[in-house]
Amino acid sequence: MKIAVCVKQIPDPAAPYDLDPDSHFVVRPNDQVLDDTDRYGVEVGLQLAEEVGEEATLTLVSMSPSGSLQGIRQALAMGADRAIVIDDEALRGADALTTARVLAAAIREDGFDLVIAGTESTDGYAGVMPQQLAELLDVPSLSFARKVEKDRDTLRIERQTEDGYALVEAPLPVLLTVTAGVVEPRYPNFKGIMQAKKKPVDTKTCADLGVTPQVQQTIQAVEPIPARQAGEIVEDEGEGYLRIVEKLEEAKVI
Amino acid sequence: MATWVFCEEQSGAPSVSSLELLSKARNWGDVSVFYVGAGSDDAFSTLGAYGATTIHHLKVGDALPAPLAAAALGELIGTDDVALFGMGYTARDVAGRLSARLGCPVLSNAVEIDVGGNRVQVSNEILGGTTRVVTAATAGPVVIVVRPKAFAAEPGDGGPPPVTSVALPDVGHAGAALVLERHIEESQGPDLEAATIVVSGGRGMGGSDEKWEPVTRLAGRLGAAVGATRAVVDAGWVPYALQIGQTGKTVKPDVYIACGISGAMQHLVGMKDSGLIIAINKDAEAPIFSIADLGVVGDVHKVMPALIAALEGR
Repeated sequence: MKIAVCVKQIPDPAAPYDLDPDSHFVVRPNDQVLDDTDRYGVEVGLQLAEEVGEEATLTLVSMSPSGSLQGIRQALAMGADRAIVIDDEALRGADALTTARVLAAAIREDGFDLVIAGTESTDGYAGVMPQQLAELLDVPSLSFARKVEKDRDTLRIERQTEDGYALVEAPLPVLLTVTAGVVEPRYPNFKGIMQAKKKPVDTKTCADLGVTPQVQQTIQAVEPIPARQAGEIVEDEGEGYLRIVEKLEEAKVI
Repeated sequence: MATWVFCEEQSGAPSVSSLELLSKARNWGDVSVFYVGAGSDDAFSTLGAYGATTIHHLKVGDALPAPLAAAALGELIGTDDVALFGMGYTARDVAGRLSARLGCPVLSNAVEIDVGGNRVQVSNEILGGTTRVVTAATAGPVVIVVRPKAFAAEPGDGGPPPVTSVALPDVGHAGAALVLERHIEESQGPDLEAATIVVSGGRGMGGSDEKWEPVTRLAGRLGAAVGATRAVVDAGWVPYALQIGQTGKTVKPDVYIACGISGAMQHLVGMKDSGLIIAINKDAEAPIFSIADLGVVGDVHKVMPALIAALEGR
């Protein structure tokens, strides 16, 4: 079974983001990290691959026009076998559909039975790329999975719904998106980190994949939103709760 | 330009997001609703009241709807059209597939939409709601995914619109995902997105069960809904459905009480438009205090029990 896991490298979310004043794109530092959301997809992929055994392979696929491989190495250290990275200057600021086209081309070329992605990235969070990818690959999608089971060539998930969950299944090949919390992602051990340095990373360009990036949306303006003002701060010395009670009374909710 | 609003049926009624979108879109003229679900006269009348002038109705049976809905809607939509989607799970799936099918852009996380002349512009908020970005689509049709509560759902005076049945398209293997069972999880207390008071807990609560209990207890006392940060959901203390923030729900209650929440950007974007914000956190430097109307710097496990006792004694 060939498993492709889509991962994204993002600027460290703990650090403040900067926007390039000319392009309005997020400034991407060289030391980007693996999007935390993607660790769940990698973990689900690893567990499914372990269940299948020897003949399963797990390939990371990432569009990353930054030259950074730090986040990719993090995912390789968790146990992925190899990575395909599409690194092309023309992809800076690419929108979701361009990303999906690039990933679809790379995944199709490599072959797949199962594609796994998070539900949205932490930095851009458009939240539509995985379904664009499923459409381009012409496969069913099992989306917003909070539990995943495999039974021969069928994948069955608990899909998050507005009022609970639904049990949904689809035959392979299929695209799966997982919510955070679906599994407990493993931390890379020392051996994994050492091995990750030697695992193959194929770097490709748009031309290699025959994809021409298109620009279909333009940023018109970027403006600060007036910040909400900080209010009163009370140090609790045992009576802080009283101030809360007073505020709730003022708001007429008690 | 014609306007489309996507509506997925939820518990037999139109999704709340579709009513929000109609309340905005009816100002531009006629609106066609693409409806996915069993359908009923009541549901269609509701959509009419909110501004739907026609309804295209697709029944998908036990299939997971997205590929079928995207294929059917893709046949109906014109190059100059605008299609609005909420952020429901199925709505987002359909929006993504539709855009790939038509080769058109998706403008996501919209909080405002301007339609004028030949141009469609949307605003969205990034960097934890500190920065507004205005984006214009340069190709059509334009698929827009709108954040919850960007527009208030207010009924107008429209009558029941004509309803056309849409034939189920054949999309082959892509349509092979089937729903085997549907489970409704009864949540206690009011609905998180509709609640007037939300009590929300973060990593600072320190754990599940008895450590988390003050959150549910305070919520119970106030008739509030319980919310949580992503860290809490990731840790498995509470279900995903309670997550507030960029990846979770957006809430705008009259009162938001943040307990043990530091206030990461990704959380603030889901609650910063609340009325009164009260925060309890032991770290005086926590970003949540920069937007709170009242910040209590202290241990949640001391402040909350005292607060609960005071409220219970009233």
